[in-house]
Amino acid sequence: MPEETKGPSPASPQQGGEKPPAPTPPVPAETAAPQAVAAPQPETPAAAKPAEPAKPAEKPAVPATAAKPAPKPEGPKPEPWESDLAASLRSQYGTGIREACTYVGQKYLVVDKSILYEILLRMRDDEGFDYCVDITAVHYPKRDEQFDMVYVLYSFPKNERVRIKTQIKDGDTVRTASGIWETANWLEREVYDMFGISFDGHPDLKRILLPEGWKGYPLRKDYPILQQDQEWVQINLGIESGQ
Amino acid sequence: MSDFETDYRHAKPGQSGPGVTDYLDLDTKDETFLDATELVLNMGPQHPSTHGVLRVILKLDGEKVLGTECIIGYLHRGVEKIGEHRTYAMFNPYVDRMDYVASVSNGLGYCEAVEKLLSVEAPPRAQYLRVILTELCRISSHQVWLGTHALDIGALTPLFYCFRDREEILKIFEKYCGARLTTHAFRIGGCLYEAYDGFEQDCKKFCDAFLPKLDEYEELLTTNRIWVRRTKGVGILNPEDCIALGVTGPVLRASGVKWDLRKAQPYESYKDFDFEIPTGLNGDTYDRYLVRIEEMRQSVRIIRQAVDGLPTGPIIAKVPKVIKPPVGEVYHSIEAPKGELGYFIVSDGSTQPYRMRVRPPSFVNLQALDKMVRGLLVADVVAVIGTLDIVLGEVDR
Amino acid sequence: MLDAITGYLNSGTTPGEYGSIFWATIYILVITIGISLAVIAMNWLERKILAHMQIRLGPMRVGPHGLLQPFADALKLLIKEDIIPEEADKLVFWSAPVVVTMTAFTTFLVVPFGRTHAVTDMNIGVLFMLGISSLGVLGIIMAGWSSNSHYPLMGSLRSSAQMVSYEIAMGLAIVSAVLMTSLQTGTGTLSMIGIVEAQNAQQTWFIFKFFPLGFIAFGVFAIAMVAETNRAPFDLPEAESELVAGFHTEYSGFRWSLFFLAEYAAMLAVSSIAVTLWLGGWMRPFPNFLSGPAWETAFSFIPALALFVLAGMCLLGTVRMPKIPQMRVQTVGLGIFGTLLGLVGLVLLVPAVRERVQDIFWFVTKVAFFMYLYIWYRGTFPRYRFDQLMKVGWKVLLPIGLAVLIATAMVGLYPELAAAVVGVVQ
Repeated sequence: MPEETKGPSPASPQQGGEKPPAPTPPVPAETAAPQAVAAPQPETPAAAKPAEPAKPAEKPAVPATAAKPAPKPEGPKPEPWESDLAASLRSQYGTGIREACTYVGQKYLVVDKSILYEILLRMRDDEGFDYCVDITAVHYPKRDEQFDMVYVLYSFPKNERVRIKTQIKDGDTVRTASGIWETANWLEREVYDMFGISFDGHPDLKRILLPEGWKGYPLRKDYPILQQDQEWVQINLGIESGQ
Repeated sequence: MSDFETDYRHAKPGQSGPGVTDYLDLDTKDETFLDATELVLNMGPQHPSTHGVLRVILKLDGEKVLGTECIIGYLHRGVEKIGEHRTYAMFNPYVDRMDYVASVSNGLGYCEAVEKLLSVEAPPRAQYLRVILTELCRISSHQVWLGTHALDIGALTPLFYCFRDREEILKIFEKYCGARLTTHAFRIGGCLYEAYDGFEQDCKKFCDAFLPKLDEYEELLTTNRIWVRRTKGVGILNPEDCIALGVTGPVLRASGVKWDLRKAQPYESYKDFDFEIPTGLNGDTYDRYLVRIEEMRQSVRIIRQAVDGLPTGPIIAKVPKVIKPPVGEVYHSIEAPKGELGYFIVSDGSTQPYRMRVRPPSFVNLQALDKMVRGLLVADVVAVIGTLDIVLGEVDR
Repeated sequence: MLDAITGYLNSGTTPGEYGSIFWATIYILVITIGISLAVIAMNWLERKILAHMQIRLGPMRVGPHGLLQPFADALKLLIKEDIIPEEADKLVFWSAPVVVTMTAFTTFLVVPFGRTHAVTDMNIGVLFMLGISSLGVLGIIMAGWSSNSHYPLMGSLRSSAQMVSYEIAMGLAIVSAVLMTSLQTGTGTLSMIGIVEAQNAQQTWFIFKFFPLGFIAFGVFAIAMVAETNRAPFDLPEAESELVAGFHTEYSGFRWSLFFLAEYAAMLAVSSIAVTLWLGGWMRPFPNFLSGPAWETAFSFIPALALFVLAGMCLLGTVRMPKIPQMRVQTVGLGIFGTLLGLVGLVLLVPAVRERVQDIFWFVTKVAFFMYLYIWYRGTFPRYRFDQLMKVGWKVLLPIGLAVLIATAMVGLYPELAAAVVGVVQ
């Protein structure tokens, strides 16, 4: 299995509009383990420092059919995110901010569910993250807090992108962000549709891509790819499912 | 016979599954018939101008739209779920099927996201090739938009002009990779195919021929009084609404926000090229039309520069045969013809993505429909659906 | 008996005036068949012309250059399943296309294809045409209402509002033309034949009368008639991108084809009014300064010549057809068609026929020009929105029509006033 990943380090043109392309040294990685990642750290606008090579992920690559890893591995060591924003958030919320990191040059925060709404509101109002790019979720069935809610935010003034994540248990509800960004309406409906996560105070929480009355939440890991709501098909299409 | 009957009965609203009147909060439901002034019109999913299988339920007062509700998902194929059960390379062709009129852009976004996960960068020649093909694809996507949009507003002829010229682009795609529509042109790490002999000439020839054709479209529409009347002041979105609704792409730019990912966060080799971002003033349908027309011109500009500066060298970076990205997650987005197309990929270190999220521009843009059409007439609804430039394959995934 | 039949031929009047039921019946049959054929031809022409405007070829397979395509379509429509929606009002649903078709065809009773070529000459011909053609809207409303479906309902509502609005502008334009007929005789006429004869007597088409007044009135009518017949850019009642197919969404097969027939017949009818009122009806071009028996004879050969040109084009096409076995049937067919056209042309050379038919030829040519305009509009214009359509009707066409009417009356009554105004302007 010739697994060799070599290449220039990720020049990350994505982050920080006015930042010059940081001269990050190429980091060759020769093993089957995931390649080291040099993540430049743009403190708010400028000055990227080269990152040290990350150590390989603790989990060896598993074959495709194997069960998914139970704990959420955070990749080959994301770097702590040092910036005024992160620092002020940390000082304000303390342990509420579980993580503030960058990975391949992309910043993300992992926050406690209880302060999620507050953080989102603050991000929009005080930090200028006026554009909610995406809301989605990831399912980790073996974890206690089964779901990662992911909010991808973008700031037009800063030309900066940040992801805000929170971990919730199955059955937990999340306060809707549709009061903060209107676009969250459909995005949250899709999350509800695909993962079964309910949103408190959502104006119109119902399935969006799947038909009303469908059973099951397809993007959960315990929903096999071939599964179908046989009953729904029988009733609504009047045919036996072809499976 | 009996089978037919049962099937037939299912088509009636209210029998099973929600019927038309189950949507929208109909206050008039219980009122007497004669007092009812609202008409609930079910538009789609089989309708000539909902661009596929969009179903819009309109609440009307005469012809005036009081409210809408979009019902989508008729084309849902579970692309995200499929993504979790295919290897990274195997999933690549699937993304072409989302926005099928701009399949090259979809492929570009996906390949770049995985490259980011792998910390690989495509070699310069591949980047230039990608830019050329993506911009060609942007032109072809805008041509499909222009043709269908004009058709929705009742101008039959631009459709054929657009498709005639789009054919030249599709021919280039076909010569390059053998496919016209679902191209699968790029691979993770670069491009699979070297530019064929005469690729540069074909592109240049297309650019030279296309600009006069663009003038021809404009001649038919830009100053046409009926066209202007039908589009000016229709479906206005102001910048604040655009941002709150997450609307991106030409729709956002027509509202006056000068934001294009190609400039804001340049990917590939876009920083090498000199081009403008057209913006509108009023954020109405006419501005969106002008912005897209100008975008085609700018795309031609980019293609010319890229063809002239096409570097030599390898076209694909060294990537392992079996792609196993390290554990981690990335969100990467590009400026697709319809707006910001993002891929959020979570890798667990295996050969398959753990989570493959697509942030489709059409889906998010479609959400603005309700805001745009309230208070307008039925005829404007089709104009607004057209101007949003949605592709249902991408909305429903 | 035989005298009663042949006597008419020398009478120089219409069958109606002559009182010959036999000839009236013949005329009605000929007109009905002729209109149906014209609709078929129009169907083919529209598809071909529109296709060529849109860089397509249009029908090419059924018959040479798709000449038999309309017949194939008609056959298909006739043998299609006749679907009546379960919840439709059956009787009204059934009668709506009949009403629409009947009104469209009835208008041709008074259309003068020539001095003697009309079923009858009513002294209220114009009113009759307007009245009957506006009955067509009744059928459309019936169709929309009885379908018991939203799209047809909205289509028919749009249609009724549109027709009522545009009929006013149309009527005003017509009245100003009718005023012009009274100029020399002192008494105007509403008879279609009388109007053409008035133009003949005044030695000018009314479109050029009191320039630009006649032209403006004609323009108002030309716009209003497009709206009246629900054609692009005013085709809102059947706007396919909004209302699927408008009032005939639920119709299929033969009933749908009746709507189609009626639409095209109505187009022909209003074009005939326009031709009669402003373009000199059946008169040949330049009867005033290219007059004299020599010119008469020369112009009377033009119908035959036109047919020869068409025949020549067909035969040229036959020669240029690819010489492959698959195209043999088409080649032979085109050849036969060309030969037929040529034979008809030869028949038109016979003096007795020549004299009688040239009126019809000029009339048909002028109507064909309008038909071409209809197709041209469809190829170029986007569709108006409903409120804009109303605005055009009420705020633009109606005032213009009124102003033209008043101005025409003034100029007609006080020519010296008009001359003074022209003098001041100059």
